[in-house]
Amino acid sequence: MSCDDKVDCGRRRLIVATAAVGGAAGVAAAVPFLASLAPSERAKSAGAPVEVDVSKLAPGQMMTVEWRGKPVWIIHRTQEMLDGLKKIAGQLADPNSERNMQPEYAKNEFRSIKPEYLVAVGICTHLGCSPTEKFRPADAVEPDWQGGFLCPCHGSSFDLAGRVYKSKPAPDNLEVPPHMYLSDSKLLIGEDKKGA
Amino acid sequence: MAASQSEKYKSDGSALGGALEWVDARFPLTKLWREHLSEYYAPKNFNFWYFFGSLALLVLVIQIVTGIFLVMHFKPDASLNASGVPVAFASVEYIMRDVPWGWLIRYMHSTGASAFFIVVYLHMFRGLIYGSYRKPRELIWIIGVLIFLCLMAEAFFGYLLPWGQMSYWGAQVIVNLFTAIPLIGPDLGVWIRGDYVVGDATLNRFFSFHVIAIPLVLVGLVAAHIIALHEVGSNNPDGVEIKKHKDENGKPLDGIPFHPYYTVKDIVGVVVFLMVFFAVVFFMPEAGGYFLEFNNFYPADPLKTPPHIAPVWYFTPFYSILRANTVNFFWIDAKLWGVIFMVLAVMIFFFLPWLDRSPVKSIRYRGPLFKGALTLFIISFFILGYLGILPPTPGRTLVSQICTIIYFAFFLLMPIYTKMDKCKPEPERVTQ
Repeated sequence: MSCDDKVDCGRRRLIVATAAVGGAAGVAAAVPFLASLAPSERAKSAGAPVEVDVSKLAPGQMMTVEWRGKPVWIIHRTQEMLDGLKKIAGQLADPNSERNMQPEYAKNEFRSIKPEYLVAVGICTHLGCSPTEKFRPADAVEPDWQGGFLCPCHGSSFDLAGRVYKSKPAPDNLEVPPHMYLSDSKLLIGEDKKGA
Repeated sequence: MAASQSEKYKSDGSALGGALEWVDARFPLTKLWREHLSEYYAPKNFNFWYFFGSLALLVLVIQIVTGIFLVMHFKPDASLNASGVPVAFASVEYIMRDVPWGWLIRYMHSTGASAFFIVVYLHMFRGLIYGSYRKPRELIWIIGVLIFLCLMAEAFFGYLLPWGQMSYWGAQVIVNLFTAIPLIGPDLGVWIRGDYVVGDATLNRFFSFHVIAIPLVLVGLVAAHIIALHEVGSNNPDGVEIKKHKDENGKPLDGIPFHPYYTVKDIVGVVVFLMVFFAVVFFMPEAGGYFLEFNNFYPADPLKTPPHIAPVWYFTPFYSILRANTVNFFWIDAKLWGVIFMVLAVMIFFFLPWLDRSPVKSIRYRGPLFKGALTLFIISFFILGYLGILPPTPGRTLVSQICTIIYFAFFLLMPIYTKMDKCKPEPERVTQ
């Protein structure tokens, strides 16, 4: 800004300084409004762990429970289903669960604590739809189908360990939530021994 | 005409004339009337395609008026009532069944949403064929694209409110688009929802955006769209400037006053539009599941996605583009590519005025290259829209990938083919 005879530079500087301070105050005033959109204390405190009895869950069946508003699946896998998991490793994006989508204790070939029970959040890692169960060979959605899930929204498919097939919109395997066994047939979802 | 437009009204001695003179001394009423209606000179050769601007304004009014009355009965509450039905879902059913004439107001609003997009898509197509986005109307076009963005936001926020299955899972999918953004994505998703899942907090803020924030912006943008249009003057089917040839009073030779000529013409459009509109409202408000999706008659169930979810028809072309991205490359996964391409598919419209290098504006004088490109673009837009309502299969994904390429090629190659094209000479004045 050039100062010539007609411009009072002192006043001009005062205007610039006032505008800058006023502008900063205006920006600061937006903070409480934007912050008010974040989850409230009540929303944060909701989400207590859920206790589930799996004794009545027959082999080959699954059940859905609600945890933090999300569907959590518990699948009682048969030996045949577990054997099937190994056959399709080549078709999967992350067969060895290298990506951090499960607690350490579920980072194994079955993605579970006990091989027969899979606990997974039934929310597709693409855009959050809940995939549909496709257990029977007649429902096959991939070659050499060993049973699994198909997301109705964008066609991602998952095996019976919640592992995603290659070249699908979903980038990751299904999330395995923190969970622990309270007894042989009582599961606690949302908390594990480390306090999760 | 500048002189006459600024003239204030002089009373003829009557009571009404006196009142108008009193107002004019305090508010530029006569000036506004003249500038925007009685002395706004529009080209005399407007055709069928020029109905859709005023119709869009009509639909905006329908949506605002019906919306005001719906808010009086609707409750944005996701908690379950005594019968185990979400309160928001139940309040929409209450409007449909118990509120006197509630069904009519609600069906006008739901049909109005689709009508808005039909009218606006046709309005945009008019702009495309007659080059209405070209200099000096770039800003009108940009404001128009902003209006289109607002309209998409308005439709998206509004669709959650009935709290049905499609409302819920549609919102879930679209909010999750933001989680694809690296680093901040997951936190951004939580911030938008106000919770870790789509829930009551989401419903309430979407309600607020739908009834207050977006409509205010929308109305402001519509005003800016019209002010900018009246500053430079309307384009016409010949794409030639009527301001180049004026009579001794400075009036364009090929212009006629908007009022009464085009107000009367537009009333014909309004009557035909309302006949079609109310035929849908009364006899097929669901429009076979396209205007109101059948799955949305089930209350939202956070544990179960319907076996097939699709957005409402007006979003399906963009939804298809999202789904067409199934390959990870450049270390960016397919999910983020999908989001990037979907956003670009809308944003690219902003650049249209600078992508088009043709010496002529109107399709009447364009060569075969532009006509071919536009035809391919419209066909792929329809195919994308059609595929977007169907469940994905490998074959359909391939078709949508091809159409996505054509969609973007229409824009990205435009500087080349519009320059190479063999155009016909533009006439000096508008033709009949």
